[in-house]
Amino acid sequence: MTRERRLLIEQGGPGHRGPALPAPDVPVRPLAELLPGARLRASLDLPQVSEPEVVRHFVELSTLNHHVDKGFYPLGSCTMKHNPKINDEIAALPGFALAHPLAGDAAHPGALQVIVELQKALAEITGFAAVTTQPAAGAHGEMTGLLMIRAYHRARGEGDRRRKVLVPDSAHGTNPASVHLAGWEVVTVKSASDARVDVAAFKAALDDQTAAIMFTLPNTLGLFEPQIVEVTRAAREAGALCYMDGANLNALVGLVRPGDLGFDCMHINLHKTFSTPHGGGGPGAGPVAVSAALEPFLPVPVVREVGGRPVSDFDRPQSIGRVHTHYGNFGILVRALVYISSLGASGLTQVSRQAILNANYLMRRLANSYELPFPRACMHEFVLSGRGLRRHGVKTLDVAKRLLDFGVHAPTVYFPLIVEEALMIEPTETETLDRLDHFAGAMERIAREAVEQPDLLKEAPLTTPVSRLDEGRAARELVLHWRARARTRPVPQGTTTGA
Amino acid sequence: MSYVGISPDEERRMLEAIGVSSFEDLLRDLPADERITHPLAVTGPLSEIEVRRRFGAWADSNDVAHAASFLGGGVYDHYIPAAVNAIGMRPEFATAYTPYQPEVAQGTLTAIFEFQSMIVELTGCAVANASLYDGCTAVCEAALLARTHTGRRAIVVAGAVHPHIVEVLRTYLEADVRVVEERNGTCPPDALAAALGPDVAGVVYQHPNFFGLLENPQAIHERAHQAGALAIASCDPIALALLEPPGRGSDGTAADIVVGEALCFGNTPSLGGPALGYFACSDALLRRMPGRIAAETVDKQGRRGYVLTLQTREQHIRREKATSNICTNQGLLALRATVYLGLMGREGLIEVANLCVQKTHHAARLASAVPGYRLVHGGAFFREFVLECPVDAAAVVTAGRADGILPGVDLGRFRPEWKRHLLVAVTEQRSAEEIERWVSVLRRAGGGK
Repeated sequence: MTRERRLLIEQGGPGHRGPALPAPDVPVRPLAELLPGARLRASLDLPQVSEPEVVRHFVELSTLNHHVDKGFYPLGSCTMKHNPKINDEIAALPGFALAHPLAGDAAHPGALQVIVELQKALAEITGFAAVTTQPAAGAHGEMTGLLMIRAYHRARGEGDRRRKVLVPDSAHGTNPASVHLAGWEVVTVKSASDARVDVAAFKAALDDQTAAIMFTLPNTLGLFEPQIVEVTRAAREAGALCYMDGANLNALVGLVRPGDLGFDCMHINLHKTFSTPHGGGGPGAGPVAVSAALEPFLPVPVVREVGGRPVSDFDRPQSIGRVHTHYGNFGILVRALVYISSLGASGLTQVSRQAILNANYLMRRLANSYELPFPRACMHEFVLSGRGLRRHGVKTLDVAKRLLDFGVHAPTVYFPLIVEEALMIEPTETETLDRLDHFAGAMERIAREAVEQPDLLKEAPLTTPVSRLDEGRAARELVLHWRARARTRPVPQGTTTGA
Repeated sequence: MSYVGISPDEERRMLEAIGVSSFEDLLRDLPADERITHPLAVTGPLSEIEVRRRFGAWADSNDVAHAASFLGGGVYDHYIPAAVNAIGMRPEFATAYTPYQPEVAQGTLTAIFEFQSMIVELTGCAVANASLYDGCTAVCEAALLARTHTGRRAIVVAGAVHPHIVEVLRTYLEADVRVVEERNGTCPPDALAAALGPDVAGVVYQHPNFFGLLENPQAIHERAHQAGALAIASCDPIALALLEPPGRGSDGTAADIVVGEALCFGNTPSLGGPALGYFACSDALLRRMPGRIAAETVDKQGRRGYVLTLQTREQHIRREKATSNICTNQGLLALRATVYLGLMGREGLIEVANLCVQKTHHAARLASAVPGYRLVHGGAFFREFVLECPVDAAAVVTAGRADGILPGVDLGRFRPEWKRHLLVAVTEQRSAEEIERWVSVLRRAGGGK
């Protein structure tokens, strides 16, 4: 039997400790003298564990994860592509990693130059006039873009009137949440029966109270909107601005530029298209690119070149203000610029071409065993429906769990909301034909299993470190930290981490 | 350089399988008039050797790499044990994403649960989340939570909160942000009480504050609660190794929300980002908490495991009714923080905090003895203090650069009237010898010998 896996707090104890610190080389005085009047804590209940055991603990935990360096990760809308190792090494150079944001521009010209160069590259790739790197993630970028649009309308004296934002029903959940955060009203526009924008409905919803439209391109079904230029033109004629959710930019690089399609503003998820590691949920980075009309409203400081030297410009009277404490997620910005520079124009164009090719290949093949609700050429991802499996008592969730037994990650499931039992599959350009075929083979086998052995799918996964977890119990008991755990139940005995 | 996985021959076979004669057939929905016709004007392609040369030159031009740093203001030069880097670089953690499939993400989820646990212990709060973008946006999210919870709009901010945090709060909340000016570097409880009213949703203070000074948390919590507002503490988590946890205590005396910047736990400054916001609060506010939350449960065989829970608060389910628009967390930085806290443990973290206090006070004593220099504030300070210089602080900074010393943050960048004020931080990394060299810089810049 495998040794039971314990939390750090359940290991070691008094007398165990990790790395040593230097003995004080300055005169030591009692804390009560140095911190007069301060109320100090009586105890600190943190783990007491030796370094070897801490290392083992986390290395063992690491083996329980699926990750893109291990295998296929077709998580739709998340662009889980290969993360080149050179990006991480460059970001870890001491000149970048130890740069202090308040040291003054003269102390880190090279770091600011990276920001300037990245801004130029992103503006060129997206077709916009200017870029801010401050937003820390896509949703933060959405809010930043909407605040700039709000400032634009206010500057024109229309801020009080224009308070509605049109969002298609296929949009990511962050879009309506960001609109709400900006203090505006969401107007949801139903998609047409082919899952694309209903141009007539969109035009009908536009009026002199519309502040902006928000669009994901390609949309969340992986389909390009052929009438997008008509939509952005109509919005602009109505006095609204056009925001593009750049989550799916991996489909467009080198093919079309959002700035050329009539958009005024977009965020760019560097951790998706520009291949910075997702880190188990982050850090990401969500720079925002804007048209010339929105440039005066960029957050401060604006990093730009003056006389050949990069400077932080605070003299921006129309700026919306700061959205980040400093310059954004600089460590991620470095990685993204390394990626862009490594690929160059030719490599970047190949990214989207291969991503589109891989997605179409998988889509055509899987359309034989799953329902393809919108059978058109897709862009970088596509959405299948598992509703045909319902007659066997099998849900999309069961398909996702069974896939884990084949050494691949599951697609995004139950999104977009407008497709029943959705499976959203994004293979990315860095996968080989062999990997795509393996995944397709697994999906096909699962479709057969759904008919022949539906109970097997409901039990899946069978080979993962743990089997299906009781999410209902998690939400009922709400054991959210180890002190709560100690209150509710003892350390389970005889549990194992698998074979 | 290319990272694509398909050869030209395979591409032909794939197009055949798709049933089109050329790749362009897949792009028929794209507007022909708007297609890019010229190559993108970007640098590259570069080989790894060329990348190292180009970026290496930029990195070397930043003079922080080999200097002794006395810079603070929210970002500090704390030691990162080697084991943190060894674990933090592992692709099993770095190249995974949000744990949507918990059966193959127990590594990430268990680490998040341990992170939440250690934040709960440090802050004294009932619950903590999986992290937010940084300490500043954590303050903003706390302010937004206070508004929805109380149904009130105004946020009162103690004057010694980091000026950039106040700026970002103003970007989010505009005129609803009211600042109570500091007095002798800290928040005066009487002025705070006078600023409160029935429209105030929350009171934000920083402890230790922007000047390194300790506030009086109890007095602030009591004033906030008397006015029906939430008390929101923004705390340096290394200081919390020594200080009474602001979230612990009976109703009325504890902070409702404790947030802060945990970059200091095993993460590099990186020009201020990516950083690591932590967010902890009382049980009563749990269902309004932003961000991801991991919870313990069991699998079908009764084995312990972890999942994301209370997701109905989040944007992907609630859309415009969500508690926040946040989707990502700072998973990899939270992991490094968890490894750091695991390694340092109870004794190590207390030692780090104590060394910071001892060295900071030693430096302050020496600096006060240099002619022309004096400490601006009189109160108790943790690992940072404001030094008034006989010359512009910028001149001291310039003098230090020549000697491989980064003497502190020139506060003139925040307010013109602070142009002679230098914010100095001393961590466990600074030796007595480096502190002596720093004093020499002060002496030289001040015109002494």
